[in-house]
Amino acid sequence: MDAQTLYVLRIADACLIHGQRLAEWCGHAPVLEEDIALTNVALDHIGQARSLLALAGVLEGRGRDEDALAFLRAEREYRNPTALELPNGDFARTVLRSFLWASFMKVLCTALAKSTNAQLAAIAAKSLKEVRYHQQHAGDWVVRLGDGSEESARRVGEALALLWPYTAEWFTDDEIDAQAAASGIGPAWSSLQSAWRAEVDPVFAEAMLTPLADTPFRSTGKRGVHSEHMGFLLAEMQSLPRAFPGAVW
Amino acid sequence: MNLDQAWATLNAVPDPEVPVLSVVDLGIVRELAVDADDDVTVTLTPTYSGCPATEVIQDSVVKALMEAGARGVTVTTRLDPAWTTDWINPAAAEKLRAYGIAPPHRKAADAQPLRFHPKDIACPRCASTNTQRLSAFGSTACKALYRCLDCLEPFEHFKPI
Repeated sequence: MDAQTLYVLRIADACLIHGQRLAEWCGHAPVLEEDIALTNVALDHIGQARSLLALAGVLEGRGRDEDALAFLRAEREYRNPTALELPNGDFARTVLRSFLWASFMKVLCTALAKSTNAQLAAIAAKSLKEVRYHQQHAGDWVVRLGDGSEESARRVGEALALLWPYTAEWFTDDEIDAQAAASGIGPAWSSLQSAWRAEVDPVFAEAMLTPLADTPFRSTGKRGVHSEHMGFLLAEMQSLPRAFPGAVW
Repeated sequence: MNLDQAWATLNAVPDPEVPVLSVVDLGIVRELAVDADDDVTVTLTPTYSGCPATEVIQDSVVKALMEAGARGVTVTTRLDPAWTTDWINPAAAEKLRAYGIAPPHRKAADAQPLRFHPKDIACPRCASTNTQRLSAFGSTACKALYRCLDCLEPFEHFKPI
């Protein structure tokens, strides 16, 4: 695969895997409204993943459609950042991850709306409208939990300690970022870090959360080297298309 | 079939989630053309990326046009420019209100600060703006759940996007 296909695939897989994790809340959220909200956000992400995977299939040029890419790849071929495949944990961890990722999507989609690839620009402009609502919703919860009870603050604090080191991967460039930036298909993700912090920091301040210092830890999902959780996620997500190839509703 | 007939046909195709609106009211029919052989070309713009109604809408558009006398129907999907609730015209917004859904209350392009919650959503039943948001997402991604603190009725609000 060439760099531009892999660049699109990273975003597509991030949406797909994040959507899959959020969908796990269906029927399990603490209150009915959140059950509905989390699954609605999941649907948006899966919809974005469909458009992006279809585009990746076209760029790849081997005739794979969105379903083939979503369901019939091996673990190493998925390019999502590791943060999105980690287990949901409790509600605090789920909404914190959702907030961190929606904030990233907002700045990424803003930049991608100017992509030299017209289809990618169109998908980004459309997704941007949706992720604004995701970010607002998750951001409200981050404040509510961080500035809530002792217990809720403890939970969201623990979630932050777990998730924050994984966000470093988002802003660690490699040759795919470099080539995407050079060709104008999209920004090197590292260039988005200050805009992302400008989204995250004010909400953290309100939530009385402090971003952690950078550590040498770098997860490697974007390069296809995933955490031990990814295989289990894929086993569940892929089970139906693998058991019944070509199944349709 | 002429172009007027094709538009009239689509005017009667309801949105499956909000049946009070037609696909034309919703603003998702971006182009419509009928050629001399009664072949119809429709350009649709999907609403939300994850809207489960997208495919149902495509199917019902094709079915309605075929039943109205089209020889063949080609549906193309256009993402750019992205769908916006600004394309719901005032008459359609009024239909939404009469149906019990508070229509979008502002232009989608007017970006709102992240932690800002509008306090001016009017209850579709009693028009009071003394309302409270219960949930950012309702029965579909495009709607939020509210309640009116005056008439005490719950209602849905079609979010501007």
